[in-house]
Amino acid sequence: MDKTDAIPDFSKSGASGGGELGVANMSALTSGPGISSFRDVAIIAAVAVVVIGGIELLLNIFAVPQYVLPKPSEIGVALVTDFWFILPHLGHTLVELFSGFSIGALIGLILAAVITQFPFAEKIITPYILLLVTTPMLALVPLLILRFGFGYEPRIIAVALASGPMVMINAATGFRRVDSGKIALARSYGASTLQIFWKVRAPMALPMIFVGLMVGSIFGLLTAVGAEMVGGGFGLGNRLTSYSSMIQMPQFFAVVMILSTLGILIYILFFLLGKKFASWEA
Amino acid sequence: MSSLEPKLRIKAATKVYQTGSGDLLALDRCSLDIHAGEIVTVVGPSGSGKTTLLWAMSGLHGLTSGEVVLDGKVIKGPNPQIGMVFQEANLLPWRNVDANIRFPFEIKGEKPDEAWIESLMHRVGLDGFGKKMPRELSGGMQQRVALVRALSFKPSVLLMDEPFGALDAFTREEMNHLVEEIYLDTRTTIVLITHSIEEAIFLGDRIVVMSARPGRIAHLHDVPFPRPRSMDIMSTREVFDLTNTIKREIVGDQQSKARIAQRPAAAATPAN
Repeated sequence: MDKTDAIPDFSKSGASGGGELGVANMSALTSGPGISSFRDVAIIAAVAVVVIGGIELLLNIFAVPQYVLPKPSEIGVALVTDFWFILPHLGHTLVELFSGFSIGALIGLILAAVITQFPFAEKIITPYILLLVTTPMLALVPLLILRFGFGYEPRIIAVALASGPMVMINAATGFRRVDSGKIALARSYGASTLQIFWKVRAPMALPMIFVGLMVGSIFGLLTAVGAEMVGGGFGLGNRLTSYSSMIQMPQFFAVVMILSTLGILIYILFFLLGKKFASWEA
Repeated sequence: MSSLEPKLRIKAATKVYQTGSGDLLALDRCSLDIHAGEIVTVVGPSGSGKTTLLWAMSGLHGLTSGEVVLDGKVIKGPNPQIGMVFQEANLLPWRNVDANIRFPFEIKGEKPDEAWIESLMHRVGLDGFGKKMPRELSGGMQQRVALVRALSFKPSVLLMDEPFGALDAFTREEMNHLVEEIYLDTRTTIVLITHSIEEAIFLGDRIVVMSARPGRIAHLHDVPFPRPRSMDIMSTREVFDLTNTIKREIVGDQQSKARIAQRPAAAATPAN
């Protein structure tokens, strides 16, 4: 009567094959040695001063013109003097990133959770998801601008399209990590399919979900800035094109510094979240 | 004891798996009565359907034909009277010890019996380990947690699927003593699958020897030692003979099958 049962087996299946992938162990923050003492901090700061000072000195010695490469001191001055002018543009970029990423990540997560329950549907949909992942969504921005104008909409859509598939593909890898032993355990207590999802599959997928969120948010930032460079009068990307066209290189590099800081902060945020909620795997 | 209705009755249990290379007969008309308060150990070569039989008893999967009857009722799915201990500890790595032990109650939507759980924790030596994560525990400690989890809802039958196979010999011996102690306290009916003939003899009231391809119950042995047992019995003449008999039954079965498979014409020529 039950010929369709699978042979009881306790091996772990799925693309990643077990517990070796997680936010914590793909992180550059943990792979390096920890900073332990005041002495370490002092040395790191001293090296930074030497590097930045060295660049400053070299640019002075070779009299490199500002429009080729501004001196660190000039960038610093621009960062301070133009800060209140740049700040609203940072706000616009954050609005696009946050809205687009939230929409994309939510859809990506739901799709991943649903699609991995139906292996056949997964086979049909995967090529399209792969297409979305590999196509630079920036390519669609001119089209989106034609349709939606120069406001937030085309940018938010582009960010969602860039980050959603990234989240989805990683989360799906997590949901596919079936440990038949743990599912059998839950079933032996009479667990329903929904209980198995929330109490076994979802926690199991969590480390990969955080990897997806991290990669997806960085892709979202790239796309947001790129979309701002294509068109529209606001956002950090718009500042980049505007400053470079006016050869205001210190201001240009000040914006670059802000973008780097933003990227690092996003990375740290998801790293800490992953460490807090998915550290069991590290 | 034998005149009573058996606790578990396995009636002509047969299980066929569909595989890529055709149907696989994993279990072929196995019948066995297990009485209340008995420890039955099961040994046999891999592929003899031990786990398949245990899963059928637990209701985790059905049978192609035949049935398993618990307290007079045919088992059709997971049953609250049955506790399972799996290969390796099978703890949920994202939950601490306390949360792992309460997992069955979460699924069933019941309130755990805290006093009972606490006494079990004490019994197996897990006092003060409640907040530890599984990865912080040794294999033996993890299996203790799994044992408490399986007993936490007071099942009347405990099914154990090679629970101590991954442990070193000394830890394994310790766990065997622990299982016997818990058994003497609770008189839970236990069915334990093992690869270790020694473990099967030490713990079993009866030993089931299975043969492979197809999985069949080949032999049954009684182990006549009173409980509590000490490891001293392992060096007696009776255990020595029983060990050798079971070894011959398992190895002999495999070797003769291998010979037949390799030399199909052997039957026609005189044996050498």
